[in-house]
Amino acid sequence: MLRFISSRLLQSLFALYLVITATFFMVRFVPGGPFTAEKAVTPEILRNLEAHYGLNKPLWQQYLDYLGSLCRGDLGPSFKYPNRTVNEIIADKVPVSAELGAISLAVALTLGISLGTLAAVRRNTWIDYVASSFGMIGISIPTFVVGPLLVLGLAIYAGWFNASGWYGPADRVLPSLVLGIAYAAPISRLTRGGLLEILNQDFIRTARAKGASEFRVVSRHALRGGLLPVVSWLGPAVAGILTGSFVIETIFQIPGIGREFVNSAFNRDYTLVLGTVILYAVLIMALNLAVDIAQAWMNPKVRLEA
Amino acid sequence: MTSASPVPATAVPEPVEKGNSLWHDAWLRLRKNKLAVFGMVALAIISVACLFGPLLSRYGYEEQNLELGATGPGSAHWLGTDTLGRDLLVRLLFGGRISLAVGLAATFVALTIGVVYGAVAGFFGGKLDAVMMRTVDIMYSMPFPIFVILLMVLFGRNIILLFVAIGAVEWLTMARIVRGQVMSIKKMEFIEAARSLGLGRRRIIFRHILPNVLGPIIVYTTLTIPGVMLLEAFLSFLGLGVQPPMSSWGVLIKDGAEKMEEFPWLLVFPGTLFSLTLFSLNFLGDGLRDALDVRSSKD
Repeated sequence: MLRFISSRLLQSLFALYLVITATFFMVRFVPGGPFTAEKAVTPEILRNLEAHYGLNKPLWQQYLDYLGSLCRGDLGPSFKYPNRTVNEIIADKVPVSAELGAISLAVALTLGISLGTLAAVRRNTWIDYVASSFGMIGISIPTFVVGPLLVLGLAIYAGWFNASGWYGPADRVLPSLVLGIAYAAPISRLTRGGLLEILNQDFIRTARAKGASEFRVVSRHALRGGLLPVVSWLGPAVAGILTGSFVIETIFQIPGIGREFVNSAFNRDYTLVLGTVILYAVLIMALNLAVDIAQAWMNPKVRLEA
Repeated sequence: MTSASPVPATAVPEPVEKGNSLWHDAWLRLRKNKLAVFGMVALAIISVACLFGPLLSRYGYEEQNLELGATGPGSAHWLGTDTLGRDLLVRLLFGGRISLAVGLAATFVALTIGVVYGAVAGFFGGKLDAVMMRTVDIMYSMPFPIFVILLMVLFGRNIILLFVAIGAVEWLTMARIVRGQVMSIKKMEFIEAARSLGLGRRRIIFRHILPNVLGPIIVYTTLTIPGVMLLEAFLSFLGLGVQPPMSSWGVLIKDGAEKMEEFPWLLVFPGTLFSLTLFSLNFLGDGLRDALDVRSSKD
């Protein structure tokens, strides 16, 4: 197990290095710099600015400098926000996105697993059909359609919520509902599929034969294996909740890291772009690793193969 | 989903002269699936409408009528007009061309790379396979949607780049699926027979192995198209997709969402049509999976 984790860890570190390098050079080879948009910059000031941020050094030197400070956990100064470091900006914006993501994930898991379980246990009844169509609807209607429509109906017409903003608890309801439902749909489909496969197996029949109640059979015996597909799907999906939040943060004007990332790319704020990409990459890799470990723990077969 | 686990190819146990009947069976199964048939019909109607509809309309998709402004659905403009007085129906159909084209083209890119890559890795196996699949593993762990956003911001909103960028993201899963299938098929006797007849590797891969992997490839392709269209619309919604005056469903939804307070139809119609298309593709994909996949059609 330890060997398995360490080899995965090494692989992730290598991938992370590739991501950093690719992004660093991709951003630099694009026309336009962080200071091209500002009008009143004379060549002298531009030179001073570039000298201040080390942009006048050769590119490879900048690259090594960046890697060096990165090892010390320093993501550098922002080019667009004077006197602010990328670390500060990220520390500022991440809690907002994390809160949105956490609430949405809770909504998605609760809704998805219970609907999927209901559908599997009551297979081919109207309950199954209702739950399954919910899954299909949730997969097919994108968040950027559901979001504005809910805003139109519940905020603008009914007036129950604010159309945008991120102040009180009520402002959390619509965004996390939209994001949560989008992820509940695939979870419910995976849960249903996974459970149906497990419910056909011998050990379930044994449990039933021993007189275990249906509730116990499902909750204690079937769900552990039945949720395996959900778990392996969750790693990339949680990362998707973050990218999905680009849209949600745009619709509801939430000051999170997703919006900041898009803006920083538009602004050619090199260090902020790199900082956010690194943040996402680390997060995704950590989640994938966590999923691999969780899978090994839940499924002895995987554990042995590793 | 356990799509990576080897599934015996559907065509193998059948006698040679009945080679076609398997596809015929699948077709019959598919036709019995009402939702899949609904998806097929809806897709056909939507595609034909997008292709030929704009030719029949009195209005051009760029044609502005500033005096008219935004009007609701009516007899002159069936789905109303936008704030510049442009006919929404024509714009929807035109946008559909772009959205569908992006969906098909990017899926084609993903399909080609994924199938070739997966087939090579699966067929040759050994060290080559290990290296190739490790590469896929590493690429899987990269924040690709973020790269796509970055690419679109940095290099401008170039539609060719959009195809390539999206296609390059989506081929990974296809490669994994094809590799798994190829690995299970290449151990079967008829491949050994082909080899003992002295056929070359290329011929064995393309004539004998790939046709047997066609089922999963078709299913996954059908399910990739909606994913790709969603990604395009997502980029357009962030203002990174297709540029005006061209438009796609994503662009129309974005514009509609900005003006929905006064002119809700600008959001409702594009949103509905886009969702309906994704629905149909997903239904069709699910139906195909049931019709072609031995394992799931059993239960």
